[in-house]
Amino acid sequence: MKRIFILLALLLALPAQGTTLRWAAQNDILTFDPHSQNHTTTITLVMHVYESLTRYGKKYDIEPSLATDWKQISPTQWRFNLRKNVKFHDGTPFTADDVIFSYGRIKQPQGTMQIYVDGVKEVRRIDDHTVDFILAGPDPVLLRKLTDFRIMSKVWSEKNRAQNVQDAKAKEESYASRNANGTGAYILKGWEPDKRLVLAANPAWWDKREGNVTDVVYTPIKADATRVSALLAGDVDLVTDLPTQDVARLKQNAALKVLEGHEVRTIFIGLDQFNNELQYSDVKGKNPFKDVRVRRALNLAVDREAIKRVTMRGLSIPAAIMVAPGVHGHTAELDKVSGADPVAARKLLAEAGYPNGFEFTLDCPNNRYVNDEEICQALVGMWAKAGVRAKLNAIPFATHIPKILKHDTSAYMLGWGVATFDSLYTLQSLVRTQTTGADGSFNCGRVSDAKLDALIDAMKTELDVKKRDAMIREALVRVRDEAFYVPLHHQLRPWAMKKNVTTLHRADDRPEARFARVD
Amino acid sequence: MLAFLLRRVGQAILVMLTVGLIAFSLFRFVGDPVVYMGGQDATEAQRELWRRELGLDRPFFVQYWSFVKNAAHGEFGLSLRQVQPVSRLIADRLPATLELSFVAALLAVLAGIPMGIYTALRPRSWLSHALLAGSLAGVSLPTFLIGILLILVFSVTLGWLPSFGRGDVVQLGGWSTGFLTASGLKSLILPAITLGLFQMTLIQRLVRSEMLEVLRTDYIRFARARGLTDRAVHFRHALKNTLVPVITITGLQLGAIIAFAIITETVFQWPGMGLLFIQSVNFADVPVMAAYLCLVAAFFVLINLVVDLLYYAVDPRLRIETQ
Repeated sequence: MKRIFILLALLLALPAQGTTLRWAAQNDILTFDPHSQNHTTTITLVMHVYESLTRYGKKYDIEPSLATDWKQISPTQWRFNLRKNVKFHDGTPFTADDVIFSYGRIKQPQGTMQIYVDGVKEVRRIDDHTVDFILAGPDPVLLRKLTDFRIMSKVWSEKNRAQNVQDAKAKEESYASRNANGTGAYILKGWEPDKRLVLAANPAWWDKREGNVTDVVYTPIKADATRVSALLAGDVDLVTDLPTQDVARLKQNAALKVLEGHEVRTIFIGLDQFNNELQYSDVKGKNPFKDVRVRRALNLAVDREAIKRVTMRGLSIPAAIMVAPGVHGHTAELDKVSGADPVAARKLLAEAGYPNGFEFTLDCPNNRYVNDEEICQALVGMWAKAGVRAKLNAIPFATHIPKILKHDTSAYMLGWGVATFDSLYTLQSLVRTQTTGADGSFNCGRVSDAKLDALIDAMKTELDVKKRDAMIREALVRVRDEAFYVPLHHQLRPWAMKKNVTTLHRADDRPEARFARVD
Repeated sequence: MLAFLLRRVGQAILVMLTVGLIAFSLFRFVGDPVVYMGGQDATEAQRELWRRELGLDRPFFVQYWSFVKNAAHGEFGLSLRQVQPVSRLIADRLPATLELSFVAALLAVLAGIPMGIYTALRPRSWLSHALLAGSLAGVSLPTFLIGILLILVFSVTLGWLPSFGRGDVVQLGGWSTGFLTASGLKSLILPAITLGLFQMTLIQRLVRSEMLEVLRTDYIRFARARGLTDRAVHFRHALKNTLVPVITITGLQLGAIIAFAIITETVFQWPGMGLLFIQSVNFADVPVMAAYLCLVAAFFVLINLVVDLLYYAVDPRLRIETQ
């Protein structure tokens, strides 16, 4: 009996065993500066270390993070109470000064994260643990945007001369790009670019981790086959960028499991609806895409189920509207896809005055979205059945984007992710007539519809949730029924892991170690 | 001799300038780095500002000239992708690539020459046939396929060797080496075989054909007539004469090994310069690409120079002609 007690005592005295999660994905992060790069992989790792005032919960509802609660004093003034007794990893306490400092820092023009404080005119200090956000106008998605506004320590940044966001044109690199000091669940232990990034649990974190992962080793593995082999060989525990052709095989492996979930990214085709004569086409003197019947015909001719089955090997959700499930405003009933009907499409084209169809060029990236070029090839075939001859121009994303942004295109493929989980983000960037800022920033085919513009402008500032939801619905339906775009599908992003790993799938494709367990 | 050297150095500079020029004119086709810098939420005005601040809107020759000027000072600027000094990024990766290339070259020579000799001396044995058939596979299979096959067999199925990466490294001054740890050495095996296989088969076939040629010459026949042992005939007389062209080719191939490391490094996630280059291409990171291409060109030029000098030293006929 005594011996058992001694044994038990010994066992209890042993330090808790650390649990390591070895995780591999395709890309490395670009920097650890939290205000520099609006890049998914970078943000995913940075958000383990740095926190914001608000954060997303398991279902993408807004949760308090560094702010414990908030209220609106007026439509343009929000008061945030900050969490007390929170310390940065170096031990300095978190106060209102850090929020004000971070606001000034994220606004610097060399960074690309300003959009997350867009519309905030000023952050005012009330006391050590209270700040007011003064807005240029009412903003119904402010709390969502603030989830990506991460707080740095003012003292630490000044001590290490990292007050400025890193700058590619500067002569030297910034301290904050390789070192980090946040308040988050994990502490950055080291980053060797293209080799590994190591995080360790923060024992003084204010919240409790749901999982048991104490150490995270993140490895970028560029080549698809190598990444999958590493999982099969047991060299990593979790892989998040899976090649579609391997998913079915991985599912059958008894030592692994595949977690399926979708991403809030919609893949679609945009059409030039501005030029009076369509470029790169055999139509002279007019632009067929200005005719709603032609746009409807292009939509009708697409067999989205076939793309899902053949090209995507089951890994897509066919789309009828421009936002994915999970985005505020999406409903299953709006997003119901009707089957392809090339005969009806041909009839519509004939009505529009193109009984023999016409020819145009489809611009398509070949290294950005899952199977992007293959999807475009499938589209060319489907449109051919309706009599429309599309010529495929598949080029790297870095050349594709400047081309379509200059409106040098007649039809193009693009994928749109939704950072705020709200439809406004998509409608404003893709449908609103192009002016300045985010209005129409990626409206490359220059869709312009007075009714939609009015709706979008109204939902930017409407604080009544019911009224705003009705506006979103009306706008999404109008975009669908007027066929301003040809939505194809919402991407699925399966993750593969060893049997002993449990984690929560994230629709923004940002795995979080605090939700993960390794048993 | 000095005139020869000076002439070669002058040519080397010309080659480097040309490589830089060609590289720069190609960069316009890899796309616009500003697109990646901004992500999907950047506005056109922002991108315009960055383009101007980084000097990407200047005419082609102005950009090229400022690159040459800075490069002459050893200044390659900051990477657009990672915002770190290019010179440090490359210095960090150089040891990984050089160690891998060195082991691969060593493997190619140490395995290739004996195999070449054997197949020349015993052309009818079954082992020779097997080696020749094997070398055909080595020459014709693409590098990435060999790499993946090796991973499949030795990592996934047998579980003997790591499937990716470089293992643990030890820092010696500015040089990170994988030679001093068990995991570092284990990680070297598969990539080195992948990278060295092509060169190995090349050397094997070269040695074999040279050796067969030499064995047919008169002096070998006379040596045999004198009653020398097979050993003396084969290794003292035949092999020595075989090796002159082999040394030349091997030297030149070393440059190719360093340059071809791109594919092997991508397959094995080997953190060397090749992997850095591939990722820079995806991001249109012009400063890194330019520096890498110039460095590889410099390697080629340097190796060529050394080989030329070696040739000069080895072959007496060259010296007589210049006199």
